[in-house]
Amino acid sequence: MMRSLILQTFTRLLVTLMLLFSLFLLWRGHNLPGGGFIGALVASAAFALHAIAFGVASARSILRYDPRTLMAWGMIFAGAAGLFGLAAGKPYMTGLWLEIHIGESLLKLGTPLIFDIGVFLTVIGMVVAVIFSLEEEEF
Amino acid sequence: MLSADILLVLPLLIPVFSASIAVLFYKSNVAQRWTGVVGAIALCIAGILLFMEVRESGILVTYLGNWPAPFGITLVADHLAATMLVLTGILTLAVAVYSLGAVGEREEHFGYYPLTHVMVMGVCGSFLTGDLFNLFVWFEVMLIASFVLLVLGGRKIQLDGAFKYVLMNVVASTILLAGVSILYGITGSLNMADIAHRIHDIGEPGLVTVIAILFIIAFGMKAALFPLFFWLPASYHVPNIAVSAIFAGLLTKVGAYVMIRVFTLIFTEDIAWTHEIILWLSVLTMFIGVLGAVSQFEWRKILSIHIISQIGYMTLGLALYTPMALAGAVLYVAHNIIIKANLFLAAGIGHHLMGSYELKKLGGLYKYFPIFAAFNLLSAFSLAGVPPLWGFWAKFTVIFSAFQAERWIPAAFAIFVGLLTLYSMMKIWMYAFWKKHPEGDVPEHIQKKKVPLTMMIPVAALTLMTIAIGLFAEPVIEIAMTAAEELLEPERYIHAVLEAAP
Repeated sequence: MMRSLILQTFTRLLVTLMLLFSLFLLWRGHNLPGGGFIGALVASAAFALHAIAFGVASARSILRYDPRTLMAWGMIFAGAAGLFGLAAGKPYMTGLWLEIHIGESLLKLGTPLIFDIGVFLTVIGMVVAVIFSLEEEEF
Repeated sequence: MLSADILLVLPLLIPVFSASIAVLFYKSNVAQRWTGVVGAIALCIAGILLFMEVRESGILVTYLGNWPAPFGITLVADHLAATMLVLTGILTLAVAVYSLGAVGEREEHFGYYPLTHVMVMGVCGSFLTGDLFNLFVWFEVMLIASFVLLVLGGRKIQLDGAFKYVLMNVVASTILLAGVSILYGITGSLNMADIAHRIHDIGEPGLVTVIAILFIIAFGMKAALFPLFFWLPASYHVPNIAVSAIFAGLLTKVGAYVMIRVFTLIFTEDIAWTHEIILWLSVLTMFIGVLGAVSQFEWRKILSIHIISQIGYMTLGLALYTPMALAGAVLYVAHNIIIKANLFLAAGIGHHLMGSYELKKLGGLYKYFPIFAAFNLLSAFSLAGVPPLWGFWAKFTVIFSAFQAERWIPAAFAIFVGLLTLYSMMKIWMYAFWKKHPEGDVPEHIQKKKVPLTMMIPVAALTLMTIAIGLFAEPVIEIAMTAAEELLEPERYIHAVLEAAP
């Protein structure tokens, strides 16, 4: 961690933006460039930046959950996303879509989104765990 | 009865959920142990259900994501794959119970249980997948988990062993990937059934043979075939004994399994050339592997070098390429998964009692622990192929079919190697069990020790399984023959995958 007023000030702004952007990437990922993996890398970069500016302890507290817990839930989400297909009598991982009409626009929600959220959580957990333990390493 | 769609994904879902739950409870070692055992029981049941369904209705296929066959990833289970899954389940359960007594809290804390689940998932995936690139991915899943399992504990010798292991496996994966890519380049497909269907019409037998050799190199490294086996004796004895057991039981066998799969399904164009190479590699693997073990005096090292010579028998069965030889190969892989792991587990008990794996420091186990000694002896006899144990039928089938095929030299080697195996097993017996302890009588604190039940039950159960299968071999041999017939008629596999596609 480095104590720099400039870095800390900008980090406060950037972390919020990066986290929002990562959610945006996660959301558009099914049809456009982006997705759970890319979104999670951006989010992990946000936490890494925070860890550099304010220290790992502070970054752990804004993450709220242990990275391992995130990883585990991510795997459960990703694995469970395929079960909907089985429940519908189709092969595992078959994509099922729910179409919601809101006025003019069409909102499509589907099981691939749940899978992507799972990937998102797993990758954040993994990358953040690696970055945090490297930062905490004492030489 | 559950549908094929469910049955085929259960062996992958159970480990992934067990691993996730084990990670979720990373603070509680007790909860992790329970997920280990419960997950293994579930996997065992899933394997048996899948096997029964395969027995009843033949080859099962599911198309993940409902993408039709050549495009999406298919999971396929024929007799061979289903048998492997049952054995994986049984072995995982045995090791999970054994781990309760053998794995230290430090290893548990650093993720022993989740990693085992992930590794088993990779193994099950490799058995089930019908897609070559997916196979590569499962290999990576399996290997990455095994890299970490190998260094759990972080002793210097472990890092040394892991370095060789990682290096060789990364090279093998690269060669495998190259082979898969070239195959994709000429056939335009990654689906194994589709490749098998097209490859004979490509009209480039030379190129196909080159790819076949790439696959022999890649899988040969994974399965520890001559001359690419040296990473195995350097690494298999370094981790915790429970990890060694599951490695010995499953990892190299996955290599042998995919070799059988690919060389009966895809590369059947030029059998006289490719299978002849496999034949002589097998003979050398058997012989050199067993010679390596003769000079060793460390319990685990003897066992791990013996893995190599056993792999030779499996690929010998593949190379002879007759129904009976393939049945022998299947029997041999199946037998070895159980018995090799069991011998490692028994070695772990020996170490638990005596505190060493060095044969010269051991002795007198038979006098004070006769039941344990009997189980170890029976397992060792089965490995060496003494009738009427399971190992005898496996070895007998392979050697008999070598005689039938009039391959005198490989058959002679196979018999001779069997004798040397018996010699090595006797060496362990003489040193650890029979001879006097180096300090005269066995020290009193060792005499009073009891073998923990969690460690003894798996060893006893697996040994009894070997005896039971040896005495009632008929149904097991019948299953192996059916598996071999399926392998020799790849049209059935191709038809099941391609014709039934949605």
